[in-house]
Amino acid sequence: MRTDPKTMLSPAESRDLRCVAGMMIPPSAAFGVPGADDAAIFADITASLGRDFADVRQALGALAALSGGAFADLDEARRAAVAEAFQARGGAALVTLTRVILQCYYRDDRVVRSLDLEPRPPFPKGHMLEQGDWSLLDPVRARPKMWRDVPPR
Amino acid sequence: MNQIVDVLIIGSGASGAAVAWSLAGTRMKILCLEQGDWVKQSDFPSNGRDWEARRYGDFDISPNRRARPTDYPVNDDNSPMKVANFNGVGGGTIMYTAHFPRMHPSDFRVRSLDGVADDWPVDYAMLEPFFAENDRMMGVSGLAGDPAYPPKQLPMPPLPLGKTGTRYARAMNKLGWHWWPSDSTIATTEYDGRAQCINLGHCTPGCAQGAKASTDITYWPHAIRAGVELRPRCRVREITTNEHGMASGAIYYDADGVERFQPAEMVILACNGIGTPRLLLNSASSRFPNGLANSSGLVGKNLMLHPWPQVRGYIDERVDGDRAPMLSLWSKEFYETDPARDFVRGYTLQFHRGTGVVNEAITSAAVGRLPWGQDHHRVYRDLVYRRLQIGIACEDLPEEHNRVTLDPVLKDSHGIPAPRIDYTISENTRRMMEHGIARAEEILTAAGANNLYTSRTILNSPGHLLGTARMGIDPERSVVNEWGRCHDVKNLFIVDGSIWVTSGGVNPTSTIQALALYIADSIKQRLATLFD
Repeated sequence: MRTDPKTMLSPAESRDLRCVAGMMIPPSAAFGVPGADDAAIFADITASLGRDFADVRQALGALAALSGGAFADLDEARRAAVAEAFQARGGAALVTLTRVILQCYYRDDRVVRSLDLEPRPPFPKGHMLEQGDWSLLDPVRARPKMWRDVPPR
Repeated sequence: MNQIVDVLIIGSGASGAAVAWSLAGTRMKILCLEQGDWVKQSDFPSNGRDWEARRYGDFDISPNRRARPTDYPVNDDNSPMKVANFNGVGGGTIMYTAHFPRMHPSDFRVRSLDGVADDWPVDYAMLEPFFAENDRMMGVSGLAGDPAYPPKQLPMPPLPLGKTGTRYARAMNKLGWHWWPSDSTIATTEYDGRAQCINLGHCTPGCAQGAKASTDITYWPHAIRAGVELRPRCRVREITTNEHGMASGAIYYDADGVERFQPAEMVILACNGIGTPRLLLNSASSRFPNGLANSSGLVGKNLMLHPWPQVRGYIDERVDGDRAPMLSLWSKEFYETDPARDFVRGYTLQFHRGTGVVNEAITSAAVGRLPWGQDHHRVYRDLVYRRLQIGIACEDLPEEHNRVTLDPVLKDSHGIPAPRIDYTISENTRRMMEHGIARAEEILTAAGANNLYTSRTILNSPGHLLGTARMGIDPERSVVNEWGRCHDVKNLFIVDGSIWVTSGGVNPTSTIQALALYIADSIKQRLATLFD
């Protein structure tokens, strides 16, 4: 398959992205959720880079530079140390990388269900909202006027 | 060449739509040029599973980030607050929260009452009938009896309190502070062809249900039925003038990028506090070398943006999150000037219901509150749907160094010079912000929240673009007169937020539209002598 290097990550970049996604959000048996490196979630991430592609590539470049090569090839201890340094450095590219992972992870059906929510768009079903107790306003209703009178022009 | 029209309106947003509708009854030939497109309800993010992600993409509130072909870039590097807007039929009303407070009576008399800035040449009493007319046209929900305002009636009942609102209400009652259901342009009943709100949440980037009032579904259908022509995808480059120094029309690029001239007897600008000064400055000529209508030198100056700190905290139960309109309550406890404080003027507190699943993760990660690794899941579950958040809508006073100019390098897709803004937050506003932050922390604590976090200036907040072509009696100290006509060009009017003299501490759309209706009414009253 031919890929466009301006819009598609290289295999090495893709491997590093998947690895960092899994470190950011690992699977959890306790909560019954996959990690962000899950195949379906990762496919969503790479398909959703769009206008964030350049920032993500820049972040992955910084990660590779900190790693002295491929981040995914480091041993576990070294990966943890590099990931910590990567986060400590911060920057706009890291914020973008984090966002693209989170926005795909938290719309995965399995993850959404684990939060006791329905995996669906808001429209057309909407949501129910309780009216609440309007008698709570009674002490405010009893207040004198608060606006200032203005002098005549 | 296009046929001459009686009235050429530039911009179809909050003010342009209101003035078009009001003038339609005159039987004048009215044309509105809008640089953006119509937006369909089926295009809005809440139709799809990617609804939260699209707020960081094609429905981002920043034109620089959104970068649609219909947007123009803004150089806001020299400002701690970034510009938010939307370019399309309906303008900023497509992308607002629908929070709809009026200015208060004192907001129009700040010099007389507080000795700062300037009084407006109009006041609340003059605008009151136009506020009411606008409430009817936009369809406002709310509750009569708010002690913070002179009496008013709203066409629809208020948005529900919900779980989050109840939590805030109890906290405010414990503190003995004012709170009240907000006026909102979200329909709580069927209204003028609009469906009732079904709590999609995510109201800001457009309402798929059509319950949120944006002018494409409120004013425009009525105006178009009354004979007004609205031409989308037409970006105006400059206002032209004739040998008498009167506006003669506008040069614009149509949807195919073809340059065209639209002649007009009268031109009305409704392009917001950034777009209007940009257009006036881009309309410089040998007769108006410093920009059109700029003999005062004030075009672009006195930009006000409403600094808007946010304080959030988390409680021990799940509340409404993003499953309802974001804003439904306000507090005016600290709105009016109090001599005991170390600042003048004041602010509104706005109570947020919470945020969505994705946005909670993104915003918490961005401030280092959502760890990587196994602990991510536990921490996240202590955050999601447990957020309370209070916004502090601060009045910033006019200062000439806060301004819009033309960027020497940056241009839009048609090669038209883009705006640049230079803006700093004043010491008075900073003290006001800190006061508001401290009160918000008290409220959140009273509501049982912990894990508090404050953002002093949130990016892209809040899209209130005011003051850059101010109104006034004195031509040396203002750009337009007390009914919106430019002092220098007697057939050129401005009706958007750029004519504001001061900013108040409220979302401006209600007052922008009331002013536009007032100006339209003034035009109608003076038709025989309008250009004298």
